[in-house]
Amino acid sequence: MSRIGVFVCHCGMNIERTVDTQAVAATLSEHSGVVFTTDYNYLCADPGQRLIKDAITEHKLDGVVVAACSPAMHEPTFRRVAEEAGLNPYLCEIANIREHCSWVHQDRDRATRKAIRIVKTLVEKVRGNQPLEPLRIDHADKCLVIGGGIAGIQAALDVAESGLEVILVEKEPSIGGHMAQLSETFPTLDCSQCILTPKMVEVSRHPNVRLLTYSEVVEVTGYVGNYEVKIRKNPTYVDPDKCNLCGECVKVCPKSVGNEFERGLIERKAIYIPFEQAIPSSYTLDEEACLGLHPLRCSECAKVCEPKAIDYDMRPEYIEESVGAIIVATGYSLYPISSLGEYGGGQIPDVIDGLQFERLLSASGPTIGEVRRPSDGKIPKKVVFIQCAGSRDPERHNAYCSKICCMYTAKHALLYRHAVPDGEAVVFYIDIRAGGKGYEEFTQHAIEEERILYLRGKVSKVYRQDDRVVVWGVDTLSNRRVEIEADLVVLAISMNPHPSILALSKILKISCDADGFLKEAHPKLRPVESLTAGIFLAGAAQGPKDIPEAVSQSSGAAVKAVALLTKDKLIHSPEVVEIDEAICGGCGICVDMCPYNALAVNGAGVAEVNEVLCEGCGSCVSACPTGAAQLKNMTTQQFVEMIEVALQDG
Amino acid sequence: MAKLNDNGFEPKIVAFLCRWCSYAGADLAGVSRMTYPANIIPMRVNCSGRVDAGMVMAAFEKGADGVLIGGCHPGDCHYVNGNYKTRRRVILLKRALAEVGIKPQRLHLEWISASEGVKFQRTVTEFTGLIKELGPSPMSGDGED
Repeated sequence: MSRIGVFVCHCGMNIERTVDTQAVAATLSEHSGVVFTTDYNYLCADPGQRLIKDAITEHKLDGVVVAACSPAMHEPTFRRVAEEAGLNPYLCEIANIREHCSWVHQDRDRATRKAIRIVKTLVEKVRGNQPLEPLRIDHADKCLVIGGGIAGIQAALDVAESGLEVILVEKEPSIGGHMAQLSETFPTLDCSQCILTPKMVEVSRHPNVRLLTYSEVVEVTGYVGNYEVKIRKNPTYVDPDKCNLCGECVKVCPKSVGNEFERGLIERKAIYIPFEQAIPSSYTLDEEACLGLHPLRCSECAKVCEPKAIDYDMRPEYIEESVGAIIVATGYSLYPISSLGEYGGGQIPDVIDGLQFERLLSASGPTIGEVRRPSDGKIPKKVVFIQCAGSRDPERHNAYCSKICCMYTAKHALLYRHAVPDGEAVVFYIDIRAGGKGYEEFTQHAIEEERILYLRGKVSKVYRQDDRVVVWGVDTLSNRRVEIEADLVVLAISMNPHPSILALSKILKISCDADGFLKEAHPKLRPVESLTAGIFLAGAAQGPKDIPEAVSQSSGAAVKAVALLTKDKLIHSPEVVEIDEAICGGCGICVDMCPYNALAVNGAGVAEVNEVLCEGCGSCVSACPTGAAQLKNMTTQQFVEMIEVALQDG
Repeated sequence: MAKLNDNGFEPKIVAFLCRWCSYAGADLAGVSRMTYPANIIPMRVNCSGRVDAGMVMAAFEKGADGVLIGGCHPGDCHYVNGNYKTRRRVILLKRALAEVGIKPQRLHLEWISASEGVKFQRTVTEFTGLIKELGPSPMSGDGED
C-alpha cells in the first residue's frame, strides 16, 4: 500500500479536547506511504462519510485509517464507506484514539503523542493488509433438534412452522420429557398433560418434522450450515405399524423392573409403553430387562401377539442426515437422591423426590391422584417439604439455585392440602424465590390461605422412627430447634444437567460450564447460542429453568436457527489462517493447537486450512515453528512493523 | 505491586489486548472516563493466544520497557482455550527474558474481562509504576536489569 489516507475525527470535543487532531493529521502526513490526511468534526455523520469517499476517489487511496472511536463502534460503518467508494473494505482500519486515548488521559500533549503512535500502528497494519472477500458458503436447509421434552418440541414446531424441515431426536421411547410427568403446573394449576399432549401430537404429525424416538445422536462432523449427523435408532423389537396396542404382551411378560416414568414408585414389565399418551403410541421391549431376545429363552410376548408385531431380530438402524443447524434441548435430571444421605435419601422409603410426589398427585399416576406414601400405602397426615435439597450448598452439593423448587414446593404443599384436607404441610426454606408473573402471589396464597407452615431454616437430619420420619431442623426466625414427626418427606431436589450431556457436548464440540450445563455464547446477549456457530441451546440443558422460560428460550433458539437457514449463502469472515506451503514442514503442531479442527496435514505433507472452520484465533500461528501459518491481515510481519512505529522516538 | 515512582522516566509499554475481553475492558475504562498513564500503546489481537514469542521479543528488541498481555479469564476464552496457551507461553517467555538479561517482571499477563474497566485501569497504572521503578530496559537504552 503506498497511497494511504488518514482521517482524524474530533468527535465533537470528545477527542479534540485532549488530542490535537490537527497535529495528529500533520504528523501523519509526513509518514511514509501516507498521501492524504485531514481532520474533521464528526466523521461518522453523513458529511464526514462523504468526505472519506471523495478523498478515496480523488486521491486514488489504496488504504484508509480512520482515527476515531473504538472499532467496536464504527468499524462496520467505515468499512462500508470504503466499499461504497470502490475500496476493498478490508483495507480500511480504525485507530482507537477515543476510548483508548482522549477519554483516559488529561495531558493534551502526551495524549496527542500517544494518539500519533496509535494511528501510526494502524497505518502499518493497513500497509500490510490484502484485499479480502467474505467467504460465502452453501448450506443444508434442515435443522436437527436433540431432545423431545417441552423445549425440543417447541423448538421443532417453531422451526417446522417456518417451512424448514426438522429432525427431532429423542432418546426415550416417547417424547414429552419431564413435563409429561407433572401433575399440575404453577402458578395457574393447569393440568400438565392437558397442555402438553396437544403439542406432542402436533409435532408428531407435522409434515415438516421427522420424529426419531428411542434414538441417539452418535456422530457429528462438519461446520455451521453443513453438519453431517449420524443417528442410531435403537430397536424396540415391536413393529409400530403392526402393533394394535392390545396389551396382551404385557400381561404375559414375566419380568418386572422399576417404572422410570413413575420414578420407581411401581414396576413395569420388560415390554411396556411408557405412559398412556406416549407418542409414538407403541410398545417397546426393553432389551436390558428382557429375559433374552430369543424364542428359546422366553418368547411369551411373541406367542400371544396376534398381529405378529414382535420381532426379536430387529437391529439398530443408522440414519445419516445433513443439517445446517442444531438445537440442543436435552433437559435435566434430578440430583441423585442417594447423595442426600443426611435426609435419608435412598434409605427411607418415605423420603421421596419432587417428581415422585408429582406422580402421587397425578390423576394418571400409580395412586390415581390419591396421595399415598410408598412404604405402606397410607395417606400421610403430615408432610414435610425440604427446599434446596442439594442446591445452594457449595460445601456438599450443588452451589447453584435450581430456580424452580420454591414454586413447585408451594404447588406441592397446596395440592397436598387440597387432596388431604385434614393433612398438615410444613415447608423448610432458606429464601423464597418467586420471581415471575403471578409467582409471588401464588406462594403468598399458599402461605396465607392454604394454612401451610413455612419455617425458615435448614434441616440437619432426617431419620426413621417406627413408621414415621423424624425431621430435625431449625427455625431461624424464632431461633428454635424444631423436631417434626412426619409421615412423608418430599425433597425439592436440585436440578442436574442430563447425564447424557457430557458425551453429547463432546460429540458436538460445545462446552459445558462448571456445573455441567451447556455454556451459552454470552450470558446476557447470546443466551440461546453456543460458542460453536450453528449450534443453539434451549431449555434446562443450559441451566435450571421453568416451563415458560424453557419455551421462550426454545422459540429464541428456533428463530436463530431459522434466520441462519433461510439465508441464501452463509457469510464467514475471510480473516482466517493461510499456510505458506513453501516453508511448511508438515509437523502438524498447528493441527493439535486448533480448537476447531480447521487444520489437517494433507497428502503432500503440508498443513491445509478449511477456511470455513477457521475462526481466526491465531493459536496455530503462535505455535508454528516455521512461520508458515499466518492470519490474513494480522501477520507476524505486520505486528513487527506496528511494534516498530509504536516505539519510535518522537 | 510497586507504588507510583515519579523519577521522570517515561517508559514505553506495548499492550497486546484480546479483542473479546481485554480490548473491550479498555474500551469500558474509556467510556467510564477512568484515567491512567499514557505510556501504553494498545494493539488489538483476536486472542491472547495469538501473541507469540516473536511478537514479545520484537517489542523488547525495538525498545519496549514493558509488555502487557491482556486476555479473557480462564474458562472464558472466546476461542475455547487460547488463554491457557498464553499462560504457558508467558511462563516460558519470562524464563527466556531472564536468560537474555531482561527482568521477567517486564512481561506481564493479566486476565481482564470486558466488564472490568476498573481492573484495566488498575493494571495499567500499577504496571506502568513498576516499569518506572525498574527503569529503562537494557535493550531500549542505557538501562540495566
